[in-house]
Amino acid sequence: MTITKNYFSLSTSRLLLWIPTLLFLLSFFFFPLFKILVLTFNPATLTDPNNLRITQHAALFTFYQAILSTFLTFALGLPAAILFSKFDFRGKSLLRALTAVPFMLPTVVVAAAFNSLFSYKVTGSMLQVFNLQPETFNFLLILIAHTFYNTTIVIRIVGNALSRLDPSLEASARVLGADTFHVWKDVILPILRPSLLAAVLLVFMFDFTSFGVILLLGGSNFATLEVEIYIRALQLPNLNLAALLSAIQLIFTLIFSILYTRAINQVQTQTAPRFSASRSPKTIHERAFVFAFCVFLLAFFVLPLISLPIRSLTRLEADRGQRTEVQYGFTTDYYEELFINRRGSLFYVPPVQAAVNSLGFAGITVILSLALGFPAAYALAKPTRLEKFLDPFLMLPLGASAVMMGLGFILSFGRLIASPFFIPIAHTLIALPFVIRTLQPAFASIPERLRQAASTLGASPFRVWQTVDFPILARATLGAATFAFTVSLGEFGATLLITRPEYPTIPIAISRFLSQPGGINYGQAMAMATILMLLTTLSILLIEKLRFNNTGEL
Amino acid sequence: MLELRNVVKYYEGRPLLRDISFTVSQGETVCLLGASGSGKSTILRMIAGLDFPERGAILLNDLDLAQTPPHLRDFGLVFQDYGLFPHLNVFDNIAFGLKMLVARRGRSPLAPPARAGVTSPNAQESAFYARDKIQHRVHELLEQVNLVGFDSRKVTDLSGGEQQRVALARALAPQPRLLMFDEPLGALDRSLKEDLLNEIRGILHQTKIPAIYVTHDQEEAFTIADRILVLHEGTIIRDAAPHEIWREPKSAVVAKLLGIGNVIGGEVISENKVKTVFGVFNLDCAKSIGEKIQLLLTESPSPSGRGAALSLSKGARGEGKPPSPFRRGDGGEVIEEIQLTVEDILFKQDQFQVKARGGINIHMKDAPRIGDVITVKVQVQCLS
Repeated sequence: MTITKNYFSLSTSRLLLWIPTLLFLLSFFFFPLFKILVLTFNPATLTDPNNLRITQHAALFTFYQAILSTFLTFALGLPAAILFSKFDFRGKSLLRALTAVPFMLPTVVVAAAFNSLFSYKVTGSMLQVFNLQPETFNFLLILIAHTFYNTTIVIRIVGNALSRLDPSLEASARVLGADTFHVWKDVILPILRPSLLAAVLLVFMFDFTSFGVILLLGGSNFATLEVEIYIRALQLPNLNLAALLSAIQLIFTLIFSILYTRAINQVQTQTAPRFSASRSPKTIHERAFVFAFCVFLLAFFVLPLISLPIRSLTRLEADRGQRTEVQYGFTTDYYEELFINRRGSLFYVPPVQAAVNSLGFAGITVILSLALGFPAAYALAKPTRLEKFLDPFLMLPLGASAVMMGLGFILSFGRLIASPFFIPIAHTLIALPFVIRTLQPAFASIPERLRQAASTLGASPFRVWQTVDFPILARATLGAATFAFTVSLGEFGATLLITRPEYPTIPIAISRFLSQPGGINYGQAMAMATILMLLTTLSILLIEKLRFNNTGEL
Repeated sequence: MLELRNVVKYYEGRPLLRDISFTVSQGETVCLLGASGSGKSTILRMIAGLDFPERGAILLNDLDLAQTPPHLRDFGLVFQDYGLFPHLNVFDNIAFGLKMLVARRGRSPLAPPARAGVTSPNAQESAFYARDKIQHRVHELLEQVNLVGFDSRKVTDLSGGEQQRVALARALAPQPRLLMFDEPLGALDRSLKEDLLNEIRGILHQTKIPAIYVTHDQEEAFTIADRILVLHEGTIIRDAAPHEIWREPKSAVVAKLLGIGNVIGGEVISENKVKTVFGVFNLDCAKSIGEKIQLLLTESPSPSGRGAALSLSKGARGEGKPPSPFRRGDGGEVIEEIQLTVEDILFKQDQFQVKARGGINIHMKDAPRIGDVITVKVQVQCLS
């Protein structure tokens, strides 16, 4: 009897850990999701032929661009994976780290970077030389930006699998009579299949749900599901259609997530960690490949990233309405302009206020996501069966797109979203799964034996917490906080749908500057994007450092 | 058949192999013995074509192999960690080389190999190794390595010993012109090792395929080799049949590496006298007076019950035990009586291992007491 009672009281007290997180998700994720689904399955939505036609078109175009983007990403990523896993060369780790930078950058920064790289003059001449339509050029730009974003996924997943591949397998195959073609066809590729599949699915999923890059580089002509949701939510309001599009989007994302999870699980069970099989390039072919490919990767990843700050400090065109002679060349005007509240500007406040807003929202997001993530991560460190069952529900927001969350907020809270607090709430929804996944292993790694050892050595409970728990948790907490901060700082999709003009964030301000004509607007977009890029890069470095130390210790 | 001629190989800028020359004849099993890191595996990799010598040549039937890529060499290689293809089952692993033979359509630039066995394909046949021939050959091999019925098993589900049998079968399947073993039993436990070692020996004798067997375990080397090559500091310091090496290791390095007897230090005090901590021995080592030398003390016949035989090596008993090494006074060796102070006694099944002062190990039927002074007969020979 007593045992049952204790067991029961234990689980109720544990359930208390879950209440805040679950309530939060119920009201801000599942309720809006429910609203979307209700609207989707409204007969009026499903019987309107126009809705169905637009949805079909958007879905097809989304697949089309995602397939092309995935293909391009692999065209670059596979040779890069081979380069990093098979060869040693100077600056390898730096180059590898460089390829990973874009993945963490906010979409607005990447869009601004590509925008800066192909200024109007460059674009004009390229259109002439290659006889391209501006539409086609923008489409190519979108595909390249997706490649820029996602190549690191291929390098990480496929490259890791390649470098873990037992070198004696290739040697065995060769000695048994397999030439290079057969070594790849009959041995390496079949063994890598789960990794390749996982990488394809993940890259495809990111391309499928891409929003900021497409909207900012292509405009609303490129109606993917995401862009169409945004248009039907704000520009040409048809909330029924927006809901239908969201539901279709969600179904596909869920299917891809399930397939991806299955593929990646196979990867983990199949390859055990092995010694490194990389070596320096020997033959002339190998050296030429390594050299040429390094140069190409360096150019591909560095050019957009440096063109952005350069462009933010260079005047190339006249400001709108400027009559005086234009001073081309170096300028700090764009940065200075950020602090000035001009009449007739895009905002009612000086642009730098956007930075203040962003930092404020990011701060609230950090506090909120830690407050909700901590108890959930603690409970999940040693989960009961019920808690294991709850786990995927906590991760579900990962599968929903930001634009869809924004739509859900609009549908659920109506006029209430005029309040600026919905922005950090949306950001917390996006950051929470990452925060929990960062904290959970830290909680789980605190060894019970260490605690027991400390207390048998005469440490008080507080001392135990101070000497054992705190050092392990502090690092993970800082990592999680930085992650939430970075997510909030760069978040674009959800914010775009629920923000009010009075509370612009940095990404919103950049997108508005980009959409306006005139050198001074463009310059300010570049300046803000540069600042955002620097802030994000610093955060990434901090996260990497914390994570590195963490794994080193565990 | 196979010949290595003055092969030199550098590793990270330093010479790993200085000047390696040896041959392997048809049907012969040669064992490369050396400490880990001595470059044994590199020699195999170079023969297989997976690595390249800085200087020197590797020849097969007087044909330089430098321009022949590994997949056209028709060699077999068995790794310590098996190197089985995890995505293929047992059957497909063994059939891999046969399928490659089909894919290649017999485009080997080398002379058609002399292949043994029923399925021995001529040039045309090897071009189209029909599916049923592959199946027949794989089953033949499964029988040969005692894995009948394992066809569709996943290789990752097999035990270490079973995996190595599959690897052996896979290497044998295309009837290679040379088989190479790179510490094949290193990952297996002792009893399994002995079984598999005997099987490999049987298969090598049966198929008459020349083989190079790399190991750092002298027991394996003595069991399987027709000839042992001892590799030390980048050169082959001894190349002889196992019983010759056992009888006359010639150098202290070889004696220590193979665990033969006890190596002690001494000093030449006259033309045929060497002074050691155990007394002065009448021995002509053909060295100048005053020179420091090393001597080998080995077991000597001991008719008296209490008289001891000096230890061979630990575990050198039982099957595969080399021929008794004693020989009397032939050149640089004599039989001497020495006195030893017992320091420790270890029980070793049928005898006692006695550790005596001066770092000497001997085996005795009856246990002495610690501190006893015992007299034993030893055979003493000069080492270089």
